[in-house]
Amino acid sequence: MDLPKLDIKAEILSNTEVGPNVYEMKVTGEALARQAMPGQFVHVRIPAGMLLLRRPFGVANVDDKGTLTIYYRVMGKGTSAMTSLRSGETLNFLGPLGQGFSLHAKRPLIVGGGMGLAPLLYLAKQLHGAADVLMGGRNASELFWERLFRPYARDIFLTSDDGSRGEKGFVTNLLPRLLSQESYDCIYTCGPEIMMRGIAKIASDHDIPCQASLEKRMACGLGACLSCVCDTTKKERKKICKDGPVFWAQEVFAAD
Amino acid sequence: MLRSSRLEMDFLGMKMHTPVMTASGTFGFGEEFEEFTDLSALGAVVVKGTTLAPRRGNDGVRMTETAGGMLNSIGLENPGVDYFLQTILPRIAKHQMNVIVNISGGSAEEYGELAKRLDVPGVSAIELNVSCPNVKDGGIIFGTDPKAAAAVVREAKTHTNKPVILKLSPNVTDIVQMARAVEDAGADAVSLINTLLGMAIDIQTWRPVLGNITGGLSGPCVKPVALRMVWQVAQAVKIPVIGMGGIMTAEDAIEFFLAGASAVAVGTANFCDPAATRNIMQGLDDYLQHRKISHIREIVGKLVVGKE
Repeated sequence: MDLPKLDIKAEILSNTEVGPNVYEMKVTGEALARQAMPGQFVHVRIPAGMLLLRRPFGVANVDDKGTLTIYYRVMGKGTSAMTSLRSGETLNFLGPLGQGFSLHAKRPLIVGGGMGLAPLLYLAKQLHGAADVLMGGRNASELFWERLFRPYARDIFLTSDDGSRGEKGFVTNLLPRLLSQESYDCIYTCGPEIMMRGIAKIASDHDIPCQASLEKRMACGLGACLSCVCDTTKKERKKICKDGPVFWAQEVFAAD
Repeated sequence: MLRSSRLEMDFLGMKMHTPVMTASGTFGFGEEFEEFTDLSALGAVVVKGTTLAPRRGNDGVRMTETAGGMLNSIGLENPGVDYFLQTILPRIAKHQMNVIVNISGGSAEEYGELAKRLDVPGVSAIELNVSCPNVKDGGIIFGTDPKAAAAVVREAKTHTNKPVILKLSPNVTDIVQMARAVEDAGADAVSLINTLLGMAIDIQTWRPVLGNITGGLSGPCVKPVALRMVWQVAQAVKIPVIGMGGIMTAEDAIEFFLAGASAVAVGTANFCDPAATRNIMQGLDDYLQHRKISHIREIVGKLVVGKE
């Protein structure tokens, strides 16, 4: 049974750049924040000129005061407009939407890249420090996430494309070694699709359950417009906004 | 729960609490919006375009935002009429909505077959989609050729006792000619406009943004076009007109009533604000109350033109 979705006027508490072109926005999330499960998202209306559609963001943190945190990278007109919002202003937040992660793991490993790390942060928190985290970025400056994950993670492993921080290469290069050293019982992943496909393949080879959080352009966020569908391995259509964004990897990524 | 004598009406035999409907493809099967609007107050919920066989819809990017609007090329993804009848229709019955089923076929006979299968309790009316721009066999030919459109209407009317609404495409030279043709063929009402055919290009990759290359434009940017077409059609036909195209607010809806629409449908606004229909229904009632107008029908087609 899904909890009711809410439509709230959220007051911005802070909106600051925390990494290269990446912003952290904290808002008064009220009941919406208290209901949000890791992996669920909020759909945010941006009060700017000709912008029409909401923008979806994974819930990246919730505290006991009901403060809700999202992260966004400046990509286009919408996120660009968001950077000029100041604390005290209000935004309409719709959520929590979608199906989140299943939290039943005892020895979880979180694997994320880029902005995919945002929803994984709240997941790490809700796994109460039990999770190891493997994160990748293009370079050291994009791995500012390490600082954010530190309070919620057991061990943190880093890779960077240019080798400026952690191991040179992709998370998929380091993952097999981590799996040979430790017996994880679930892998949680979010990031570029090509990365998640790689993770899902490795997880499948090691017979470890894997959950992946997908992303696609969406309009309504409620399962009505059918903009954000993906294919399952059985060639069925699933709605990322409503059936996902979190799926069991074998449901959406072929094992070969 | 909004109940107002100013907005209640009988429309094509349907008892409606308000003249505010939802546009097909923008409101799912209604149930997706139950937490945000008063489903039973809506005049009708026009459900997602339905075909005889299930359809997977288009691949690739299906939607993109444009200035003041959006392009979609969903491609009529739907579970097929049998699944709709067996699973969805019984499930949404509890919401007490007038359910209008939007149907698409590849031939006049398919429209007839769909109309026949949907001639069941729980379906209030059918809307013929002869203007989906996003599939090759989605009936666009029926939406641009008056004779073909008339044939589809006749075929549907022969196979159902439900009211038959024809949804007009704006992608024609003369929408009035289309409206007259379907009125003569026996359509009970026309709804307009469907989306305007458009496209967007990614200048980094030099590729179309949409997987289907072109898509249907909707949202506030199309409202002036929609309003003009509703005004032209309303003057030309005697059957009721359901006006839609970029309605975001009650004020937008009032413009459509003044232009001659007897009812309106809200589409893209549902994506921006899932409570849009609730606000529009309330706003209409407030407008009428404020201006001491006893019923919405008193403003239908009351556009004043010429010298004061």
